[in-house]
Amino acid sequence: MTGAPDRGGEAAFNRSAARQLGLFGLAILVGLAALMWGLNLLASLTATAGGAPPAVDAANNAITVMLTEEPPQLDSTRSTDQVSGIVLGHVMEGLLRYDDRGELAPGMAEQWRIDEGGATFQLRADARWSDGQPVTAHDFVFAWRLGLDPENASEYAFILYPIKNAEAINRGELAVTELGARAIDERTLAVEFERPIAFFDKLTAFSTYLPVREDFYRATEGRYGADADQLLYNGPFALSSWVHGQSLRLDRNPHYWDQARIRLDRINVGYITSDPNTRLNLFKDEKIVMANLAAENLTNALEQRWHIQRHMDGSIFYLDFNHREERLTRNLNLRKAMILAQDPGELVYKVTKTPGYLPGESLFPRFLEGERGKFRDEHPAPTYQLDVQAARAHLEAARRELGLEAFPPLVLLAGDNPVSNIQTEYFQAVFKKNLGLDIKIDRQIFKQRLAKMTAGDFDLVLAGWGPDYNDPLTFGDLYASWNLNNRGRYASPEYDRQVRIAQGAMDAPTRMAAFAEMQRIIHEDVVIIPNYERGVAYVTHPRVKGIVRRVVGADTDYTYAWIE
Amino acid sequence: MLRYSLKRLLQGLVTVFFIATATFFAMHSVPGDPLASDKALTERIRANLEAKYGLDQPLTTQYGIFLGNLLQGDFGISYTQENRRVNDIIREHFPVSATLGILAIAFAGLGGVLWGALTALYRNRLPDVLIMLAVILGISVPSFVFAALGQLLLVQINGVLGFSVLPVAGWGTVAHMLVPSLVLGLGTMAYLTRLMRSSMLEIVGSDFVRTAKSKGLPARRIFTHHQLRNAILPVVTVLGPAIAAITTGGFVVEMVFAIPGLGRYFVQAVQQLDYTVIMGTTVFYGAFLVFMVIVVDLLYGWIDPRVRLE
Repeated sequence: MTGAPDRGGEAAFNRSAARQLGLFGLAILVGLAALMWGLNLLASLTATAGGAPPAVDAANNAITVMLTEEPPQLDSTRSTDQVSGIVLGHVMEGLLRYDDRGELAPGMAEQWRIDEGGATFQLRADARWSDGQPVTAHDFVFAWRLGLDPENASEYAFILYPIKNAEAINRGELAVTELGARAIDERTLAVEFERPIAFFDKLTAFSTYLPVREDFYRATEGRYGADADQLLYNGPFALSSWVHGQSLRLDRNPHYWDQARIRLDRINVGYITSDPNTRLNLFKDEKIVMANLAAENLTNALEQRWHIQRHMDGSIFYLDFNHREERLTRNLNLRKAMILAQDPGELVYKVTKTPGYLPGESLFPRFLEGERGKFRDEHPAPTYQLDVQAARAHLEAARRELGLEAFPPLVLLAGDNPVSNIQTEYFQAVFKKNLGLDIKIDRQIFKQRLAKMTAGDFDLVLAGWGPDYNDPLTFGDLYASWNLNNRGRYASPEYDRQVRIAQGAMDAPTRMAAFAEMQRIIHEDVVIIPNYERGVAYVTHPRVKGIVRRVVGADTDYTYAWIE
Repeated sequence: MLRYSLKRLLQGLVTVFFIATATFFAMHSVPGDPLASDKALTERIRANLEAKYGLDQPLTTQYGIFLGNLLQGDFGISYTQENRRVNDIIREHFPVSATLGILAIAFAGLGGVLWGALTALYRNRLPDVLIMLAVILGISVPSFVFAALGQLLLVQINGVLGFSVLPVAGWGTVAHMLVPSLVLGLGTMAYLTRLMRSSMLEIVGSDFVRTAKSKGLPARRIFTHHQLRNAILPVVTVLGPAIAAITTGGFVVEMVFAIPGLGRYFVQAVQQLDYTVIMGTTVFYGAFLVFMVIVVDLLYGWIDPRVRLE
């Protein structure tokens, strides 16, 4: 901006340039439109055409749901995770299955008989694979051998151990053909037990026990379960398409025997993301029929006046002590001091404030069945109440027993996520305030936390456990001295004895008494400090009924759902 | 030109080799156990898994095997998705990231040049002030905030109108990628706007523009041929790394908008210590970045004849 005449010239120049720029802008818009058209073509190649349908598609009798991650493993002999479990629960069926009330019901087997030495299953005549061929006893024998074959390296092989010779086969000491499971004929499966087992019927509903047909398995050449066409289905639905990372389509399986109970024709998994806000937004936009609510979304959901439901998922979370020889936490008085100095109620209701959580009281969560009712109703868990004075007395006793001047800082190993961060800070604060104990928090990513847990590199660790089957033993044997998941190496001959009773006995009263004893020992020996039982708050589409939430098996289960 | 290209490609290969080597050893020295899972493994199962992935070999042998497979373009099988090959993961998910990235780059590049030129023309006047304010926001606010806000806005709009104008999340049509790519390209767009603005201002006062004016060239021609063309050079320089950054850095956006891109696998692999996927994606992205930089350098010679590539 130099002189007056110049300014006039510059203004004219700028006007002209701006007009030119506007023209460029238009050209750019046209170019972008062309580009988008091209990209649209490209995107349709990498996805199911047109994207996902709405939450409820009454015309096609279909619903749309989401998954938190891509199912990592649909080979049932090697599957371990929850998301694969959801998909398998819809497309596969074991000898037995869980019905809409969570009770065991006939699946591929129409009749079965279980006694101390073994079991016999009679398969139904109309049990068929999705290619129309019958499901036979051989398919179960093949799958179980596969699950135990050391070459296959299944992480859940242990769940097949009740079958005779299973453990030896898995160790590589016996050939897979030595397995105590035989096809008497096409429709009769005979199982021999390693030792008596009271809950084998419940195990047969577990995914490692699902059938696999040999000729199909061999034809996939190591890619069994990797794609929709690399898997054979015998459940109510079958995968008709699977675009990795994006969508799965489950269509009604016309060969499934119990057509009467299936009311939906299609389930679309339209979205795969672990972002809880995206989940809520998709639900709000009527794109998915069910959404679990994260803590931060609860107020939002309340404002929408949605009907919020709660589901206890059966997992428990607790502070595990290191009971190894050289650790201070091996001292009972120290553990007593710590359990008396904290309050799970305060942790759940005032600190983490996550919707659906309940304060932890026992190693055995509330859902477990006892003799007639719930185990926890028949055998209430003894608990400790916050008592700072008593806690300090125990700490003083521990100090004298250990011959210490003062306690060195204890290491609390934890995962790196918001909930466990709040938890560790709570424990750090209460142990400092009530006991004067210093806690050093060791925050690690998932895999490193597990590595350190296995190596015993901690004094305390924030741990959790979920059930594999609906029997108290899935929690009870956790603290058997031989259990590899007993990461703190707690060992008590009396506890081991009770676990053996529960494993071997067939009658409920004896077994439940053993579990009650375990609960008492865990309490008196302060093996763990229970923190909470996990629950989820969730919302469902008002037009979709019959969505089943489960503690064991596929959670969430849409096989019973219908559109109103 | 050909000799130069070959030389650069050769240098690129060496760079990729060093990236692969550094990542390989860094990855193996990160604490943590790639095979660990919630349930403890028995000795035997663990040994089988180790043998399957070659973890039972000494590290140098593993490195040798890795290099051998790399030469054949084989990255092995994933640890977390045991029946999927890493090559398949890259082949299936990179096109998605690339599609999203192309649109994001188009938004960023074209938008950056347009806004930049506009601010330079209207220096210190209202459009300039407004755009530069937006630029500061675009540069300083992280993309996950924009992603969440963008999605929330979509939900509100759809809710008010009663039908879906644009999908909230998912993948499949261009409608699915509009908002995500805009969010993805926003940071780069803001950065390019600032770059373009300062570059334009520098050029407006330069001798050759004054010469062009004094010899009576029409304003339109001066603007397009002398100002824009020269000012755009620095923008092209940063475009190469920007393309790589956008196509690889979509992790958060892919997560929020449930887009099946490679960025998600890249980040999750690191969290899960999925060795083969870490190596596969790192080497692939490394090679991609190197290649884009070379392409931009070649492009540079074409746009600016003063640059001689030797």
